[in-house]
Amino acid sequence: MTTTVIFALKALGRETRAGELKILFAAIVVAVAAITAVAFFTSRVSDAFMQQADEVLAADLRLESGRPLDGNNRYTGQAQRLGLRVAHTVSFSTVLFNGENSQLTNIVGVSDRYPLRGVLRIATDLEGVGVPTTTLPQPGEAWADIRILSQLRVPLGASIHVGSLSVKITRVLAYRPDQGAMFSVLAPTLLLAENDIPNTHLLLEGSRATWTLLYAGAAPEISEFKAWLRNNKSAAERLVVVSESNAQLQKTLESSTRFLQLTSLSTLLLAAIAIALTARRYSQRQMSTIALMKSLGASQWFVLRVTALQLFMTAFAGAAVGIGFGWVAQNALVWLLQDLIPNSMPSARVAIAGLGLAVALITLPGFALPPLLRLRNTPPARVLRQTMEPAPLSNVANYSLPLLAFSGVSYLLVRDWMLIGYALCGLLIVAVVFGLAGALVVRVTAGVRGVAGVAWRYGISNIGRRGGESIVHIAAFGLGFTALLLLSVVRGELLNDWQHSLPSDTPNHFLFNISEIQIKPLNQLLASSRIVLPTYMPWVRARLVAINGVAMQKRPRELTERGRAFVEREQNLSWSLKLPQDNQVTAGEWWNEHSLSFPQVSVATEFKDELGLQLNDVLTFDVAGEIVNAPVTSIRKVRWDGFRPNFFLVFPPGVLDAMTGTFVTSLYVGQEGRKTLSQVARSFPNITVLDVGKIIDQIRVLMERAALAVQYVFVFTVLAGVMVLLSALEGSRDARLYEAAIVRALGASRRTLLTAVAVEFSVIGALAGLLASSAAAVAGWLIATRLLGIAYHFSGTLWIYGAGGGGLVVGLIGLLATRSVVSSPPSMALRDH
Amino acid sequence: MKLAKVNGTHSALVERTVVTVLEARKVSKQVSSPEGVLTILHDISIAMNRGDSIAVVGASGAGKSTLLAILAGLDTPSSGQVWLDGQEITGLDEDGRAAVRSRSVGFVFQAFHLVQSLTALENVMLPLELTAVLGAKDKARAALVAVGLGARADHYPSQLSGGEQQRVAIARAFVNKPVVLFADEPTGNLDSATGAKIADLLFSLNEAAHTTLVLVTHDRSLAQRCKRLIELDSGCLLSDSRLP
Repeated sequence: MTTTVIFALKALGRETRAGELKILFAAIVVAVAAITAVAFFTSRVSDAFMQQADEVLAADLRLESGRPLDGNNRYTGQAQRLGLRVAHTVSFSTVLFNGENSQLTNIVGVSDRYPLRGVLRIATDLEGVGVPTTTLPQPGEAWADIRILSQLRVPLGASIHVGSLSVKITRVLAYRPDQGAMFSVLAPTLLLAENDIPNTHLLLEGSRATWTLLYAGAAPEISEFKAWLRNNKSAAERLVVVSESNAQLQKTLESSTRFLQLTSLSTLLLAAIAIALTARRYSQRQMSTIALMKSLGASQWFVLRVTALQLFMTAFAGAAVGIGFGWVAQNALVWLLQDLIPNSMPSARVAIAGLGLAVALITLPGFALPPLLRLRNTPPARVLRQTMEPAPLSNVANYSLPLLAFSGVSYLLVRDWMLIGYALCGLLIVAVVFGLAGALVVRVTAGVRGVAGVAWRYGISNIGRRGGESIVHIAAFGLGFTALLLLSVVRGELLNDWQHSLPSDTPNHFLFNISEIQIKPLNQLLASSRIVLPTYMPWVRARLVAINGVAMQKRPRELTERGRAFVEREQNLSWSLKLPQDNQVTAGEWWNEHSLSFPQVSVATEFKDELGLQLNDVLTFDVAGEIVNAPVTSIRKVRWDGFRPNFFLVFPPGVLDAMTGTFVTSLYVGQEGRKTLSQVARSFPNITVLDVGKIIDQIRVLMERAALAVQYVFVFTVLAGVMVLLSALEGSRDARLYEAAIVRALGASRRTLLTAVAVEFSVIGALAGLLASSAAAVAGWLIATRLLGIAYHFSGTLWIYGAGGGGLVVGLIGLLATRSVVSSPPSMALRDH
Repeated sequence: MKLAKVNGTHSALVERTVVTVLEARKVSKQVSSPEGVLTILHDISIAMNRGDSIAVVGASGAGKSTLLAILAGLDTPSSGQVWLDGQEITGLDEDGRAAVRSRSVGFVFQAFHLVQSLTALENVMLPLELTAVLGAKDKARAALVAVGLGARADHYPSQLSGGEQQRVAIARAFVNKPVVLFADEPTGNLDSATGAKIADLLFSLNEAAHTTLVLVTHDRSLAQRCKRLIELDSGCLLSDSRLP
């Protein structure tokens, strides 16, 4: 065994001078780096969320309601009897102004003892790091998320108006346990003392806000109290427990992790192709040496051991370097997604290094062993006759090992056979389509070889002559480029197309929380600025408690997450005599003045589909304690991107009119009308003015960040494509050397040869780019027409980016990789041949 | 032991066991080709003694290299037996034959067959390392000194001339003190002056080590330096004669 190890080590040391081992090593580095970068990153995010898991509610138990909690005293009494600690909060959204600057803000008023679990972290200056605190803002004080300060351009210590209340911002709020993830980006928090909230005069009856009771204590008492609350709370009140909240978070984390891992699988696949190609060439080159060693007395077993050992040593070294790169690369992901992940991230899990090692130790042998296993059977008589080769391995041995290895690594990452099956089928289909398209363009290209000089002809003829190799390159680069183009150019175009598909007078502001008596003065104010008067939709909140008399808790139907939200959360109900704009009745009939004798409801298709409703099903709602039964008499298809207030549930007038609600409207305000909106916000502080454009801009920034992160992972795919190119170049190196020598011996200059190489690879890159642009355009068209329902405009820019970028990238890499071939003296190449 | 029975008496047994190191009996080789079964060697029987030098000659395609491959245990015959250093190698599997080769056989090839990524010294060490012989480095260095390349030990094959490369190959062939040395056109890739020097070296080392030399060659003058000449024609043994 010692002899084997020493021999393998020595041989490995010598062989590293040869190109193949470097490529095997580099391919492993790329695959391991891509996979570990994603794994390091997702493990950190997951650990960060899990570390905060016990405190995500800032309590052990929360009771939330859309109105002030009626049973406050009763609930609190029971909680105190059980020795639980209690706190309360109220939160709502409003827009804060400072001169022309505005920011949608989540106002949170908190009582003493908040938070019951976890701690608040605050900073005393804008650059400061958040430190834990047990204090709370005093009346007249506010702690603001840094985004509020920067958006409103107010310094720490300044005062701002929250409705009618003026508060002084004394601290930067760095963290609160129940801040959530996404929403806090769109609406950062301003923390106030609960007692200050009434002084803002922003909450009128029916205003949209959330009142929350928080409870914490020992597990048995919490459990007992939870059971008691379930029996005693009203239907409109929602109980939130840590485990349910975490389960949902866990699910979201798992899906995002899987998505990124699947992305890194495409890198693994290309790296594996590079490994297989390189191993084939390596084994071919090793055959004579193996024959010699066998003629000198080496046994088959010895050859096998040496080969396997070299392979594993390469895998170990590649894994170590790949893990290092992966660790460095994940920091970039953290930076790109900083707005969507917790501020303070725990360090990466060391165990991920084990995953990287496993990937290397499975992938390299899986894809490299079949050609290397063949070496074992090299006939020693090859030393006398170079044409003698070992018998080829059976197809089963050739393909089963790579398939097993790829499936094994995929399972390690994704742990879902069904998903792996889909991913593999998808990749296979894409590979076949790209392969066929590649074969077609290679054939077409052969026809244009005569259009320019000798370098062009030589370069183009090389593409056709190495047809199989060219197709592999086009497919490999095409795959990576498609993803990159889809995520950059096509994504941007889709967003623009969608925005342009909206009429120019599409409402760009929503006004919430308008009380009935404010409509008249509000209209007067708008009319004075010549703003078209909008339609106001009334709005009350209610809870769906039964369908056809069967209570929601007893319905056996499995619901999706959205369906559960329809059932568990309060719904917004509106009423209207006329069918609202952007609505179309698809089943049943809309009511008229003559058909208003009984309560009835019209539901949107989304609501119908999620809950499996049919016409005439009777829905029972609890509207602030009052029960309303209404059969479904029509189903509506709603166009939501018209930016007009629309509702899943609409009643005829006369059913809900008596309930206390507010009104909502949307309007288009041009640049000149913006001042009027500031005036609206100041004259009617309870009205929330939402700037849709600003929200879209913020979402666009978030989307761009997320897309950048995914593109970043796909850059590894392109790198793996480079490995495929290098491995194929290594395979054709001897032939290229010989051909270059002949052409140079015939008088071609080095420059002519370099031009030919540049033409060959630029054309391959451009063809891959063209195919990728076409694939990205088809994907964009499908997304536009099937998902967004808008027309997709095919733009030439996409193809210019694709072909130009592809030609440049692949041309440069090809040129760099083959310059030594072109530069080597022809005499040497001819003599060696 | 079978050799002893062939020769009859006890004294003859002792003597023959010592001197006959390679024997082929009724060796045939057939391969299948698109035109049907092709006979490359036909019933070849020869025996070679220790210290003998035998030239195998014949036209291209006569079966010289195939015979050498079978005698050295690099290939197996379709029928017949081969004994090498007292062991029937035709009854062994590939690893068994490899073990015999590592102990008893040395090779010199027309194309030198040096491992390009190894230095001259490492190339000579190769057979010793494969059998885990102690002091491989010193022994290899001594072998290189013996072929006049002590100063070029750390050079790679690409840094050596053809003649020097063949000297390294000869050093490698002799380093594990083989019983039989197989040489396949050892001067075929060299100019005549260098070829002559290489031939001198090969024969002198062979003489000194008392090795059996089996030399396959086209070169009649080189063949004439051997003690015995075997001529093949279309896979058949045409003649087997002692040279003066």
